[in-house]
Amino acid sequence: MNKIIERKMIVPNMHLLTLEAPDIASKVKPGQFVIVRANDEGERIPLSVADWDEEKGTVTIIFMEVGASTGALACLAAGDSVATCVGPLGNETEIGNFGTVMCVGGCYGIGSLYPVVKALKKAGNRVIMVFEARSNYLIYWVDKYIKLADKIFNVTRDGSLGLKGHISCLPDIINGLPNPPDRVIVNGCTFLMARTSEMTRDPGIPTVVNLNPIMIDGTGMCGVCRVTINGKMKFACVDGPEFSGHEVDWKEFLSRRKAYLEEEVLFFRRSEPKQAVHKEGKCQT
Amino acid sequence: MNPEKTEKTSKIDLNRNDMPRQSPEIRRHNFNEVALGYTEEIAVKEAKRCLQCKKPKCKTGCPVEIDIPDFISCIVKGAFSSGIKKLKEKNCLPAVCGRVCPQEAQCESQCILANKKGEVAIGRLERFLADWEAKQGKVDIPTKAKPTGKKIAIVGSGPAGVTVAGDLILLGHEVTIFEALHKAGGVLVYGIPEFRLPKAIVAREVDYIRQLGAKVITDYVVGKTRSIDELLKEFDAVFVGTGAGLPWFMDIPGENLNGVYSANEYLTRMNLMRGYQFPMSSTPVKRHIRVAVVGGGNVAMDSARTALRMGADESRIIYRRSHAELPARLEESENAEEEGVIFNMLTLPVKYIGDENGWLKEIECLKMELGEPDASGRRRPIEIPNSNFRMEMDAVVCAIGNSPNPLVPSTTPGIQTTRHGTIVADQETGKTTKERVWAGGDIVTGAATVILAMGAGRKAARSIHEYLETGKW
Ligand SMILES: Cc1cc2nc3c(=O)[nH]c(=O)nc-3n(C[C@H](O)[C@H](O)[C@H](O)COP(=O)(O)OP(=O)(O)OC[C@H]3O[C@@H](n4cnc5c(N)ncnc54)[C@H](O)[C@@H]3O)c2cc1C
Ligand code: SF4
Repeated sequence: MNKIIERKMIVPNMHLLTLEAPDIASKVKPGQFVIVRANDEGERIPLSVADWDEEKGTVTIIFMEVGASTGALACLAAGDSVATCVGPLGNETEIGNFGTVMCVGGCYGIGSLYPVVKALKKAGNRVIMVFEARSNYLIYWVDKYIKLADKIFNVTRDGSLGLKGHISCLPDIINGLPNPPDRVIVNGCTFLMARTSEMTRDPGIPTVVNLNPIMIDGTGMCGVCRVTINGKMKFACVDGPEFSGHEVDWKEFLSRRKAYLEEEVLFFRRSEPKQAVHKEGKCQT
Repeated sequence: MNPEKTEKTSKIDLNRNDMPRQSPEIRRHNFNEVALGYTEEIAVKEAKRCLQCKKPKCKTGCPVEIDIPDFISCIVKGAFSSGIKKLKEKNCLPAVCGRVCPQEAQCESQCILANKKGEVAIGRLERFLADWEAKQGKVDIPTKAKPTGKKIAIVGSGPAGVTVAGDLILLGHEVTIFEALHKAGGVLVYGIPEFRLPKAIVAREVDYIRQLGAKVITDYVVGKTRSIDELLKEFDAVFVGTGAGLPWFMDIPGENLNGVYSANEYLTRMNLMRGYQFPMSSTPVKRHIRVAVVGGGNVAMDSARTALRMGADESRIIYRRSHAELPARLEESENAEEEGVIFNMLTLPVKYIGDENGWLKEIECLKMELGEPDASGRRRPIEIPNSNFRMEMDAVVCAIGNSPNPLVPSTTPGIQTTRHGTIVADQETGKTTKERVWAGGDIVTGAATVILAMGAGRKAARSIHEYLETGKW
């Protein structure tokens, strides 16, 4: 049981959750994740850690409400508890002085990149941020990043902020820089990570992705999170979650991510009362 | 005919008493326990068959040396509460062992009546006593030795860890169990299905350890949340019982298709996450019509029988050797067969074929034949060239075995492992190559049995106690 310090919707469907978890807060490193269960009936869901406070003993997560289990989490409030928060799991992001690092974030990845960027800056890198979203109102934590990053680009589908279009305009951004970045790190939805990796392959820019497959235990026991890296089977929870984006079998990864889409949707179609589902108004901040 | 001889043999009753079970047609559609247990009447009848040998051989067949004739004679006298006390002196999980021990290879195989195929049903009697105690609703809490002030950390809450905890706490030590998952019990909760070992029974056993005063901390991954070295700063001794939880795959094409599961995933979804109650529980599960389970052990039987209960029309066991070599307990393969599981023996999957969306559609197999015995003494399966054939399939469960979880060894300098990834530990004491760290159960032996894990736990507890008393490593 971990007490909730704060839970608020920061942009539509995207929630910030701060939990009391002193053991994890004193141990967690950038790129690692925790597994959370909203309640005793809850599914175990892996979520990247977006921030932590060792002194206060808290960890912060950004998650998107997409189905039954994240819906249940979204209904909790400060003072409630989650049944499980276990971690820190996975390996930490490789940090070093690489020179210039471009960090591409979308969705929950804008949050999970934050500790990575902090560590990269501390190690002496120049950091260029690229945020990708459907529209300007879906980008968050800009105030935090302004203090950290050397440069920030935005790409929005509707052109409401920065460049208009998909992440496919990344080459334009890179070509506009005096020198290409020495490394690219991508956090966010599968599509963003796969597309970015495709575009950095030819120019030969090392690209690190933080995979987010389905998991149950997160310690290597169930093998649900297996991915093909360079033709070999790996478990994202213990061998990753970070891999070279150029070595991931993205087609397979995408289809494995979607394995339970139908069941998630079915949940919302059920006729019995859904104790876990988002109640109108309850999640407003 | 010699009248005296007839007199003698007629006293020996060779008919093992059957245990009432749910009928196959009914049980294949529910998750309730298959075997219903002896009634008092049948238990006493079965117990009376025991010859009370002067030199009981059954006892030597039990890895924890339960005083078998003794507890059986208690049943004969109707002294059930003394019987359960006797049992618990040696075995702190009788309700579990009575259900899942491979008795036919242990105690019962040594029974003198086994020569005449009439061995006493020791396991069923053990189960009877444990269930009888549970029905009384009150559990005897034995008196503990006075507090020693020594603290022990136990990593993993499977049978090995629980046994160490139970033993050490009675000796007056302070015990904390750290468990990675959200429920304690190890394979007993996440692996073995409800219809064979009801979770309420495991919960009861873990609860007993709690009542004795052990602290059980779930959601705590040693090696991640804290390392063994960090635990050693706070505790006087550490026992590692993390089990063999890393699933093997076969390294054949198509293993990452949707619809291909490790047995761990399949069973964990159903048991620990209560997938069989989906959508009332929230971990999603798929309804598959045709399911193939690869492997021939208990894990494979559990998976194939679970598939039937989840509504599969067709559930198959695919095993590369023949019936005679099936490593599963006889009772379990028979149960599976009765329920309608189809056995494809001498068959080896070589390839999984998917549809355009990445879902399993077909499996390709090879026929095998048996050759000379291999190192394990079983006849080696040999591929028959060009015998490939395909079967339409919605799901495959890979139940070919597990290796030890590397999380603890890989984060603990000074702990030596073998090339199989198991932790090197002394057979008699459980001592690892690192001072103040003991290990036992599947993490040391590789995937084995509940009772062997408990036996190892018992030995380690003895050694830990000795160390705490003398300070000598
Ligand atoms: C499906 C199935 C059916 C079986 N059927 C039978 C049977 O019929 N009869 C029989 O005798 N045996 C059977 N077995 C084998 C038996 O269950 C095991 O041999 C036994 O449970 C091993 O006990 P253990 O204590 O060593 O480990 P486990 O029971 O595996 O327990 C280990 C525990 O440690 C936890 N853990 C692992 N790593 C960490 C960590 N880093 N930090 C904290 N905790 C950790 C795990 O989550 C787990 O709870 C079966 C096994 C399976 C999988
Ligand atoms: S613990 Fe297992 S081996 Fe020992 S007597 Fe009981 S059933 Fe037989």
